[in-house]
Amino acid sequence: MKLSILYNVFARDFKKQRKRMVLTLVAILWGTMSIMLLLAYGEGMKQQFGKNLNGLGEGIIIMWPGQTSIAFQGYGKGRRLHFLPEDVEYIKGRMPEFEKVAAEYIRWGAPVRYKDNLLSERINGLYPEYKDLRNFIPEMGGRMINDLDMQYRRRVAFLGNETKDRLFGADTPIEKVVGETIYIYSTPYTVVGVMQPKMQMSSYQGQDSDVIAIPATTFHSVLGDPYLDNIILKPDPKYSFKEIEPRLFEVMGAKYKFDPKDDRALSTWDIIEERKITLDIFGAIQIFLGVVGGLTLIIAAVGVANIMYVSIRERTREIGIKMAIGARRIYILMQFIVEALGITFFGGFLGINLAFLLTELFKMVPIESDVLDFMGRPTVSLEIGITVTVILGILGLFSGLFPALKAASINPNEALRYE
Amino acid sequence: MITMTGIRKAYQTGKIRFEALRGVDIEVKQNEYIAIVGPSGSGKSTLMNLMGCLDTPTSGEYLLEGDRVESLSPNQLADVRNRKIGFVFQAFNLLPYATAYENVELPLLYAGLRAKQRKERVIELLTRVGLADKLGNKPTEMSGGEMQRVAIARALGNKPNIILADEPTGNLDTKSGSEIVKIFDELWQDGHTIIMITHDLNIAKRCQRVIRLKDGLLDTGNGNGQAQTKVA
Repeated sequence: MKLSILYNVFARDFKKQRKRMVLTLVAILWGTMSIMLLLAYGEGMKQQFGKNLNGLGEGIIIMWPGQTSIAFQGYGKGRRLHFLPEDVEYIKGRMPEFEKVAAEYIRWGAPVRYKDNLLSERINGLYPEYKDLRNFIPEMGGRMINDLDMQYRRRVAFLGNETKDRLFGADTPIEKVVGETIYIYSTPYTVVGVMQPKMQMSSYQGQDSDVIAIPATTFHSVLGDPYLDNIILKPDPKYSFKEIEPRLFEVMGAKYKFDPKDDRALSTWDIIEERKITLDIFGAIQIFLGVVGGLTLIIAAVGVANIMYVSIRERTREIGIKMAIGARRIYILMQFIVEALGITFFGGFLGINLAFLLTELFKMVPIESDVLDFMGRPTVSLEIGITVTVILGILGLFSGLFPALKAASINPNEALRYE
Repeated sequence: MITMTGIRKAYQTGKIRFEALRGVDIEVKQNEYIAIVGPSGSGKSTLMNLMGCLDTPTSGEYLLEGDRVESLSPNQLADVRNRKIGFVFQAFNLLPYATAYENVELPLLYAGLRAKQRKERVIELLTRVGLADKLGNKPTEMSGGEMQRVAIARALGNKPNIILADEPTGNLDTKSGSEIVKIFDELWQDGHTIIMITHDLNIAKRCQRVIRLKDGLLDTGNGNGQAQTKVA
């Protein structure tokens, strides 16, 4: 077999039979693009949900004091528990299973004033660790409360982006906010930073964007709250919270004199576990989208097979003519194979690129929408594109090759008379 | 050049077996001009397809320029069709999507000729059949006579010794038909061996020899199985 012969015939026929080839190409392109886009939306949604879940914090447990339900060491049941500021160090010292421990005070409806603008806001006294634990990320030009603020009980405030808008107006840039003085209960505080806007799907005290955060130590001494409202725990990733929860109850039970088996004494919220469940749900949605995409793919595949099949009659005659004037079988078969593969890979290539292009375009459209916050930005996967192209390619190859094999194996005379 | 002995060809359609040829002996010599005539269903086309290696006989022996056709491989048969035989069909059998130039070029492609040689040869051939000005026309843009001339040019591509024509004028009007026959006459004068099926007795008369077929057998009028010979 001479490659040059194959190439010459192929190059010619490809130009000539443009319509059929373009149709096949479009079918493959469409199939590849559809399934890629569907899965891209699924992936985008999953990523966005993962991100939104992180709004509250990643890998953390939130713990509140509860009420005892079992009598213990002479104490009756029904006793309310309260966390003290030293509990943070207490847990840190006894439970190395926790990577980080932090806590906060909350006061609702505190009078907050900037110049003539007087508002009633929620004040949180919290630890600098909130930056990482609860994603209190400052906008450029500002900072989160730090260890020195804690140590020196500085009167500084870190504002949620919504609070900043309410106090200073939405148009005021960060530079005009940081360094300004606001008054909480008529006590002056210097604004040190504003939180980056974030998408938060779950909360236990309202949205973080509405926060006015001051150092926990400042809160304790200026506002005088004796008890912490909650403690945030971040377990070492080696442990699941389920494993170390009994130990936490023992440690806290020893201090506050409650039965370690008393599950009402402390209430905990395991965000890690919840996140896993949510992501599982999204895995299921992705499988669903995959199935829808698979069905789309089958439609495209049927299209490819149909186009190939419809052209058999015409092509059988063509094969007959070619064999009658001396084409060897191998030239004819190779032409079909190369043609099918060529169309498929080109179609697949275009489909993949188009899917990329569409998702990139979608990313560029500046839509401010709540829906978008949940849907996320579609993210295409090259692996899926290649898989789809190969599947369609095999299909196109077979639907084109079998008629060709049949046509090439009969006598040219019969092929010429094929109806 | 062509020696066929005891050629039989049967077609099986479902349960019905039809014998198109029932034992035919034919001998064709170099540079003969032969007409094959006979009523419909007499086996003319079957005989021509066997001669042109488009089909294989059920039994019998076919020697083509010394080669036993039955023992040739499919690739060798393809090469025989490509180089030794030029076939002209009643229905032209041009590739509908290709131009006159491209149709004529096809057998040259399969013969592995270089681009420059192909181009020279195609132009030479199409000029010879009087279509030098229609190189870029597709079959749909040509008359029947022109299409058949393209087909003849294609058949001549690799300088075959034998030209087989299956009712080449069957789909043409009288004027175009006579032009085609004129081309065949010239080819014969140039030394080609020509075997042509025809219904037209005027055309048959111009040939050196007429082979008559009837019901799958040679019709000699006296039933002795010898081809009837008539000198033009």
